[in-house]
This record gives sequence, structure tokens and C-alpha cells, in this order.
Amino acid sequence: MSCERWSEWLDLYVDESCTPEEIAGVEDHLRTCNACAAEALGRLQMKRATRAAAAARYAPTPDFKLSPEFFTQMGRSAPKQRLPFWRVRGVQGLAAGALAFVLILVVSVSAWTRQAAREQAVAELLDLHVATLASTNPVDVVSTDRHTVKPWFQGKLPFAFNLPDLQNSAFKLLGGKLMYFNHSPGAQLLFEIRKHQLSVFVLQSQRGEGASTMRQKGFSVETWSEAGLRYTVIGDTGPADVHDLAELLRAAGRQ
Amino acid sequence: MPLFASLYNFAFWLAQDRAAAEDLVQETYMKALNGFSSFQQGTNFRAWMYRILRNTFLTTQTGLKTFVSLDGDGEEPPEAGIEPETRVTPESLLLARTEQQAIQNALERLPVNYREIVLLCDLEEMSYREIAQTLDMPVGTVMSRLSRARRAMRALLTAKEEGAAQ
Repeated sequence: MSCERWSEWLDLYVDESCTPEEIAGVEDHLRTCNACAAEALGRLQMKRATRAAAAARYAPTPDFKLSPEFFTQMGRSAPKQRLPFWRVRGVQGLAAGALAFVLILVVSVSAWTRQAAREQAVAELLDLHVATLASTNPVDVVSTDRHTVKPWFQGKLPFAFNLPDLQNSAFKLLGGKLMYFNHSPGAQLLFEIRKHQLSVFVLQSQRGEGASTMRQKGFSVETWSEAGLRYTVIGDTGPADVHDLAELLRAAGRQ
Repeated sequence: MPLFASLYNFAFWLAQDRAAAEDLVQETYMKALNGFSSFQQGTNFRAWMYRILRNTFLTTQTGLKTFVSLDGDGEEPPEAGIEPETRVTPESLLLARTEQQAIQNALERLPVNYREIVLLCDLEEMSYREIAQTLDMPVGTVMSRLSRARRAMRALLTAKEEGAAQ
């Protein structure tokens, strides 16, 4: 089947509307065709970006409520105004219980939200990593020399970072490129170890971002903040290699 | 109230007006309540509610105007002539710089019949079957219209990027 025909399947694939057999067929093709893989990734990115842009774009104003007529028809009255608090019995006990509940809820929701936001950010960086590997020009500055790669970012980024000396390590620097994430510019650096390529993303740190390691879709990820910068290492090697590279970057960052 | 916020969001995307969106949501719940006996238990409640809202929109002045000349599925999208000639695709541009505002603008500029299908699929994450139930059309038409809607959206985004570059 030609790429043009496969292209017709990509929407179904991205919309998760294929049968398991069809998914296997599409994925077999995507493994052997960089152009279609990049196209599928692009469509997935577009779908996610559309969802993010359209979600909760328009929220109802607080004073918009369904009419009393609706509730009357439902067989119950419209929500009444609350009684003044001093007329409610046991208000103090209830208030304390409600406060505890709300606090627990806020803490849980806040922790969950942070975790979800972190996983979403990592998922997007992972997509960028995969897109880079699928690209015919994965980096804009091609060099194994950190003294060539680092200066290339001068004037392109509103921050500076150090690259590690890799002379006595198994890692090799392949180059880097400018990328954008959440409307902010950042650096994407490509490293290699035993034919595996790893991406390092360096971005300006947001408040409240801690260090973490995780596995997503077979990729190992380690991320941390240091000196106002957010580092994320992503690779399909084991977590140990990702951690080793992270340690080298940490050491370079402290220099 | 089930689906209240998401129905409102969808209504606003369709009508592009706060008062009209509020009226649409209000009317949708009233119609759902009055016609609940016609809802078949075991079928998709969400698709049923969206269908009521969408049909209500069709009967409004704005809905009538926007849908009256757009429902042909054999026709090419109005943006078909502005596909880019370069190898730069909107997706690759988005990978480099996600512009939420640009996507919102593109969605707003899409014809309503394209906008609604993209929103049902990408925002509401409905299956093709659910969309078919909501829009009252065969699944095959859903697929072809969705494909054209996305092409039109890519064309709008590419036109914007190229316009910005010049």
C-alpha cells in the first residue's frame, strides 16, 4: 500500500478507532516509514493541542444557572438560598469537619494536579524526543564538541547552561537545537550511548517542580531543577544510563 | 448537573456568543427533561444530550445561517486552495512553537460543521460511532468530514504562520 493510502489510516489510528489488527498493520508501516511516522506524530500533536486549546475555553459565569422552571419540572424545587450560618445547628462542628474535608481535598487535588501536570509535560517532551529521532535533521548544531555546541545557543536563549566533559565517559554529544515548550525557548541536546540516542531538555524552571524519575511508554525519564533551570533526560536505554547522564549534567551545572 | 460545563463550552464554540450559549444550554436541559421518555436506556446519554444541543442550535437564527450552505459532504473545504507548497507542515510548526491562541483562532474561523466535528472528536473524545449518533449521520460521513475539517484547520494554521513570516 502506498504512503498516500496509509495516510488515510492515520486519522483512525490517532483517534484510536482501529481494531487491534489494523493498529498492528499501521504500526508495522510506521516502523519502516519515517515520513508517515512523522505525519502520525504531527497529527497526534495537533489533536492534543486542539484539545488543550478548546478545553474549558468558555466556562459558564457563576450567575448562570438553570431556571427554576427546570427544577420544578424535575419534581423538586430550585436550590434555595442558604440560611444564615448562625441559624444552622451544630455549625461549629460541621464547619470544622467541612474545613478538614476541604483541606484534605485541596491537598489531594493539588498533589494529583501537580503529578498530572508533570506527567503531561514529560509526555510532550517525549513526543519531541521521538519527533527528533524521526527527523532527517535531528539537530541544528552538529558537533561532538561541547565548546562548539554551548556557544551556539548564545543570544538564542535567555539563560546559559554548562555541558559536561565526556572524555572519560561512554556518552557522546551529537549536537543540539532550539526548541519551544509552553511558549518558552529551551535547548534540546542529543547524546549517544551504545547506538542509543538520548535527549536532554534544558528549560527555565517553574516554581514547585521537584526531582523525579519515571518510565513512560518504555522510555526512561529523569527530571530535576537546579539553579533556576529545569533538566529532563529521556532515552530508551535503561534508567541507569539516563541517571549517569543526569549525574554528569548535575556535576557540570555546579561548575 | 451532568455535562453542564462541557455542554456550555460546546454551545459557546458553536454560537460564539455568551447569551446564545446560555440559551442553548437552558433549552437543551428543558428539552432533555421533557423528552426523557424518548431516551432509550442503555444507549449513549452523552451523545443524546449533545445531539439535542446541536439540533437546538440548528433551529436558531445563527445555526440556520451557518449550516444552510455548508452541509454538502462532497464539496471541498473553502480553504482547499491555500495548502502550503513548502515542506513545512503546520504540525512541525506546532512542534516548534505551540500557539494555543492560533489554534483557538483557527477553530473559530472553521465553518461550523467542521468546527463541531473537530470538537466532538478531539475535545470531547467521542468515538466515530458517538459522533455519528450526535450528528445523525453515517460513520463513513463522520470520517470523511473529519478528515476535511482537519485539512481545513491545517490550512488555516499554515496560512497564519506564513502570513506571520512575511
